[in-house]
Amino acid sequence: MVHRSHHDMGGLDAGPVDLDEHTQVHWEKRTDAIMRLVSDKKRQIITVDELRRGIEQIGPNVYDEMSYYERWITSVTNNLLEKGTITVDELGRKMSDVEARWQADGGTKA
Amino acid sequence: MSTSYAVGDTVAVRQAYPPGHVRAPYFIRGKSGTVDQVVGNYKNPEELAYGRRDSERLTLYRVRFNQTDVWANYNGPAKDSIVIDIYENWLNPAEGA
Amino acid sequence: MSDTPSHEHDHSHSHSHDHNNPDDPLYNSHGEHPYQPDSEDTPYEHHHVMAEAVGELLIDKGIITADELRGMIELIDSKSPAEGTRVIARAWTDPEFKARVMVNVNDAAQELGIDPGTIPIRAVENTDSVHNVIVCTLCSCYPRLLIGLPPDWYKSRSYRSRVVHEPRTVLKEFGTEISKETEVCVHDSTADLRYLVIPKRPDGTEGMSEDELAALVTRDSMIGVTTL
Repeated sequence: MVHRSHHDMGGLDAGPVDLDEHTQVHWEKRTDAIMRLVSDKKRQIITVDELRRGIEQIGPNVYDEMSYYERWITSVTNNLLEKGTITVDELGRKMSDVEARWQADGGTKA
Repeated sequence: MSTSYAVGDTVAVRQAYPPGHVRAPYFIRGKSGTVDQVVGNYKNPEELAYGRRDSERLTLYRVRFNQTDVWANYNGPAKDSIVIDIYENWLNPAEGA
Repeated sequence: MSDTPSHEHDHSHSHSHDHNNPDDPLYNSHGEHPYQPDSEDTPYEHHHVMAEAVGELLIDKGIITADELRGMIELIDSKSPAEGTRVIARAWTDPEFKARVMVNVNDAAQELGIDPGTIPIRAVENTDSVHNVIVCTLCSCYPRLLIGLPPDWYKSRSYRSRVVHEPRTVLKEFGTEISKETEVCVHDSTADLRYLVIPKRPDGTEGMSEDELAALVTRDSMIGVTTL
């Protein structure tokens, strides 16, 4: 049995194309912008190839369940962690901070 | 390994199925087509993907295939084609038609 | 302008509804199934928080600045099919310009004051004998800096899987039927090139100004799933 990567889907069968479109929401634009900046000539922290490889490595089921930008931010973040640009510790603390701040700003929680 | 191709040459896509970051789509491996364009030399994306930024440059080709050669049950006319950007390391010379 | 989006979401009701509103922070942008909240029962979607946190860390570390981030979002927002349509309209009216477009879209676009970035974009021309359509089966490569962000369907499993092996069937789903006398040529952008389709100029447009012609060109015709 030969290996076929999950993202390498050209030629497979699938349902009809869903023509509905969504406008990019803020966090998606932010993800897009972050990727463009960390991969630009000035920084070259991540290449677009590394981004792609990171997305491909997500794992088949999760790949399908995640949206396009969820895959992007997952890959960008994993790449930054691998390169030591950010640490897991910092990221965890910052994510907790963000949530706490947003809650304080008026979000409600069950 | 470094064969140079010219526009019009018949080439076959190498039949290998490694895991990892591969930019030769599964569906085209083992198929033969014609070099449509010699695009230029670029670093190998399959190496860049792993942070190896000093990889040697490879020649990128645009290769044209007849759809009826690619798909067993192609449902369109024989004139339909597909063109794919493929790096030299995925190509072997093939017998001309 | 605050960088924090507002997003009240009351979790006291059951989660039987879809999060199909794009302004909903729990929106699942491929819309195929409703977003399932994290088991930690936070109202804030995990990746949303991640995007915020990563940006802040990068700014804290001086790797990017807040201005750069804001500026890049503005640049992304500023891109739409419009600049691509201007290239098409000029190519239709000026054969020598079109010849330059066919060699290198980036350089030709610069002549019109457009900056489509450094990733090489190549043009493929639709004629009576060939109709071109573009896909990236492996991911979603697309000439973003010339024609804006790709539509969701371009990035979808269905399009990426099917347009290479049944292009005419897929084109029909867009309302496009190509005659059997015309070749359909699919381009899979697997490498460092991006593709722009030059649609066939519609009949009855002789004498139109470039602006009028540009207004006729659609994003989908520059991908090749529709004709004009």
